[in-house]
Amino acid sequence: MTVVALLYDVARLDEKMLIKELRERARLHLIHVPSSVLEMGRGPGVDAALERCVSHYNAVSSAAAAESWGARTVNTAESIALSADKAVTQALLHRAGIPTPRTMLAYSVESAVRAARDLGLPVVLKPLMGSWGRLAALAGDEEAVRAVSEHREYLGGPYRVHYIQEYVRKPGRDIRAMCIGGEAPAAIYRVSSHWITNTARGGRAEPARVDGELEDLVVRSCEAVGVEVGGVDVVEDPERGYLVLEVNAVPEFKNIVRVTGVNVPGLIAEYLVSRVRR
Amino acid sequence: MPELRCPICGGPVRVDDDALPGELVEHDCGAVLEVYQDGEGRLSLRPFEGVQEDWGE
Repeated sequence: MTVVALLYDVARLDEKMLIKELRERARLHLIHVPSSVLEMGRGPGVDAALERCVSHYNAVSSAAAAESWGARTVNTAESIALSADKAVTQALLHRAGIPTPRTMLAYSVESAVRAARDLGLPVVLKPLMGSWGRLAALAGDEEAVRAVSEHREYLGGPYRVHYIQEYVRKPGRDIRAMCIGGEAPAAIYRVSSHWITNTARGGRAEPARVDGELEDLVVRSCEAVGVEVGGVDVVEDPERGYLVLEVNAVPEFKNIVRVTGVNVPGLIAEYLVSRVRR
Repeated sequence: MPELRCPICGGPVRVDDDALPGELVEHDCGAVLEVYQDGEGRLSLRPFEGVQEDWGE
């Protein structure tokens, strides 16, 4: 029987659903990463590993450990590392010809203000790495851009790279679509009157239809960053249509399951086990 | 259903039989607690440290 590992740090509803589905298809080895010692090159004898750590550094390193054991990992350490960096993701999406919001990188407060002026206010300032809308700021005028940028400079490290994006006048919602092994089986609208629509920040989930154009975009976005199981965030621009914001390599899906009824964890488990059988 | 102790208020906390290390439990006293395995391999509770800087999807 196939032996799979689930690498995790926080056991959320998503992980519990995955555990149930994986146990129906394989022998499951649960690895709670924060309380484990992972030896590079010597593992517990698993054929495949599903990476589910919420901590980015836990995720990349534990996926790397599983790869050193010869396990087939979903997602790979490399794709998790690439997708976590918004600038790298943007570069890969651009190279694949995928439409994204206009984005600029600036390396000082003054150049951040210049970039915002060029993009047209308001603009969105995001940390290079970050999730759930954390530390994302909507700046309506140059003084706000200056204030946020100055705070970022003070934080230092990666925050000193200013990632500035045009504000897309989306219709009070964005789209989170799941991609599993080259297919997009389900998507939701995240509806909110607030400009941050993440359900982790209070956005309401409603089922969304995955049309051919959206599916193509979602699948190609994941392929561009090497992600096999991903959650792709998409906004709808009134003139340009779909624009891809980012690809999430350890996606949450409980709200997608709840409102669409699609058994996302079952599809992920099936995909993982099928990779071993190949 | 195992009964553990809240490390904040000392009150009883019931966790599911199939509770996993890394699971979060909200207690009546307002504390958010994390299930973990102590050095003896027993389930125990500690205060959840909160969302860290590198947490996300």
